[in-house]
Amino acid sequence: MLRLGSLAALVAIWAIGAHFAGPQMLPSPLVVGRLMLHDTLTGELPRQMLITLFRVAVAFSIAMVLGSALGIAMGRHAAFDRVADPWVVVLLNLPALVIIVLAYIWAGLTETAAISAVALNKLPNAAVTLREGARALDRSLDDMAAVFDLSPWERQRHVVLPQLAPYFAAATRSGLSLVWKIVLVVELLGRPNGIGFELGTAFQLFDVARILAYGLAFVAVMLVIESFIVRPFEAHAARWRVPRD
Amino acid sequence: MRRAGGCRVTEPALNVAIAAKSYAAPGKSQRLVLRDLRFTVQPGERVAVVGPSGCGKTTLMRLIAGLDRTFEGRVTRPGAGGRLAMVFQEPALLPWRTVEDNIALVHPALDAGALGRLYDALGLAGHRRQFPGQLSLGLARRVALMRAFAVNPGLLLLDEPFVSLDEAMATRLRAELAGILAAGGVTTLLVTHDLDEAVELCSRVLLLSGQPATLAEDVALQHGAMSRAGLREDLIRRIARLGHAT
Ligand SMILES: Nc1ncnc2c1ncn2[C@@H]1O[C@H](COP(=O)(O)OP(=O)(O)OP(=O)(O)O)[C@@H](O)[C@H]1O
Ligand SMILES: [Mg+2]
Repeated sequence: MLRLGSLAALVAIWAIGAHFAGPQMLPSPLVVGRLMLHDTLTGELPRQMLITLFRVAVAFSIAMVLGSALGIAMGRHAAFDRVADPWVVVLLNLPALVIIVLAYIWAGLTETAAISAVALNKLPNAAVTLREGARALDRSLDDMAAVFDLSPWERQRHVVLPQLAPYFAAATRSGLSLVWKIVLVVELLGRPNGIGFELGTAFQLFDVARILAYGLAFVAVMLVIESFIVRPFEAHAARWRVPRD
Repeated sequence: MRRAGGCRVTEPALNVAIAAKSYAAPGKSQRLVLRDLRFTVQPGERVAVVGPSGCGKTTLMRLIAGLDRTFEGRVTRPGAGGRLAMVFQEPALLPWRTVEDNIALVHPALDAGALGRLYDALGLAGHRRQFPGQLSLGLARRVALMRAFAVNPGLLLLDEPFVSLDEAMATRLRAELAGILAAGGVTTLLVTHDLDEAVELCSRVLLLSGQPATLAEDVALQHGAMSRAGLREDLIRRIARLGHAT
C-alpha cells in the first residue's frame, strides 16, 4: 500500500514537473504511456526488449558460471588464489567502458565482442563474491562428508552448494542490475538494435518521450524478473532458515 | 576372521601407532601435539580417552578417522569390519536438510524398522521432519548419535558427545547411549573429560598426558569388582598421580 502510494506520488510530481517544463524537456506521463502502448502494439518495443534481454541472459550466464567456478577455486585453494587474485583485481578496477571499447576494437562491432565485454565486466564481481562463500565453508561439514563417505557429487550437491546459495543469490542480484546497465551501453556504442540502440537514436533526435518510454519499460521488465525469478530463488534457497517456534 | 578348525582369531578392530603429529605454529616452527601414542582396541571393546583440555584428543580422533593424514606413524583397522562412524564435538548437521534427510544422506545400513526403533530409543520420533535450526542442542546431539548408529558402524568414534549439555540431559542421554552400546556390541572410542561418562560407558580408559600428549596409563575398569563410584575414585587418584587435572 505504502509502496503504491509512493509510486503514485512520483507520477504526480512528474506530471506537475511536465506542466512547468514543457513537452520538449519533460513530456507528461500520459504522453509517455501512450507512446509505450503504441510501440508495444506495433511490436517494436517487445522486439527490441527481447534482443536486449537475450544479451543480458547470455552475458549474465557466462559471467556467473565462469566467475563462480573461478571464485570457488580461489576460495578453496590458497595457492591458486595468490596466482589469480592480481588478475581479478585488475579486471575489477578496469572501467567498464575501457573493456567495451577494447572488445569492439579487437573483435569488431560483433555480437561476440558485445557479449564478451559485458560478461568480462561482471565476471570478477561474481568471482569475488563466491570466493567469500568458499572461504566461509564449514570445515566440520567437510569432515562429516568425508567420514560418512559421501561421493564427490553428493558433497557438492548437498554440502557445498547449499552453503554457497546465499552468495549465488547475492551475486545474481548485484549481477543482473550491473549486466543490464552495461548491456545498454554496449548496444549504444556498437549494436544496430536493442533498447540501448533505441535510446541512442532517441538521444540524437532529442526525443525525451521515447527515452522515457523505453527506459521505463525496461525498468518494469527488470522488476518482473526480480520478483518472479530472483526473489523466489532466494526464498527457495533460504527455506530451511525456519524461524524458531 | 575364521580359520580352518574353527579356532577364532580376532584381529584388533583398531591399531594406533602414532609416532608424532605436529601442527604448523606461527613462524616457521612446528608444534608437537601427539607423541609416541600406541594402543589397540579389540572388536566389541569400548574405550574412553581422557586427557587435559587441548591436549590433542580431537586431533587423535581426526587421525583415526582418516581426516588428517599428515602425521608420522600408522593407523589401521584390520578387524573393524564395517564402516567408520563419528560423532563430532559439534553436531555437524546440514541445516538445510530435515532430521530424516540428514540421516538418509549417509546411506544408512539399517532397514526402516531398525531405524524407526532407533528414532524411538533416542526420543527423536516426533522430530523427523524438523530442520536442525528448530532443534535444541540436546536434540541435535541425539541426531548426530542417530546418524552414527544408522550406518551400523564397525568402529564408532565419539568426540565429547555430551559436552555443553545440562547435567540432567547429559545423564539421560548417557543412559540411552549405554543401552544402545550394550545391545549392539559396537567397538567404540569415546573422548570425554567426564569420568562418570567414561565409567558408565566404557570398560577401559586411556589416560593421556598433557602436551605433547602420549599414553600415560591404560586402565582396565574392573566393573565386577568395584562400584562405579569406586572406579571413579580410582581414576581420580591415578590422574592426580600423573600430575594433571582434567
Ligand atoms: N588445525 C590446527 N592447526 C594448528 N593447531 C591446531 C589445529 N587443530 C588443533 N590444534 C592445536 O592442537 C592442540 C590440540 O587440539 P585438539 O583440538 O586436538 O585438543 P582437544 O584435546 O580435543 O581439546 P578440547 O578438550 O578442547 O576438545 C591444541 O593446542 C590446538 O590449539
Ligand atoms: Mg576436542
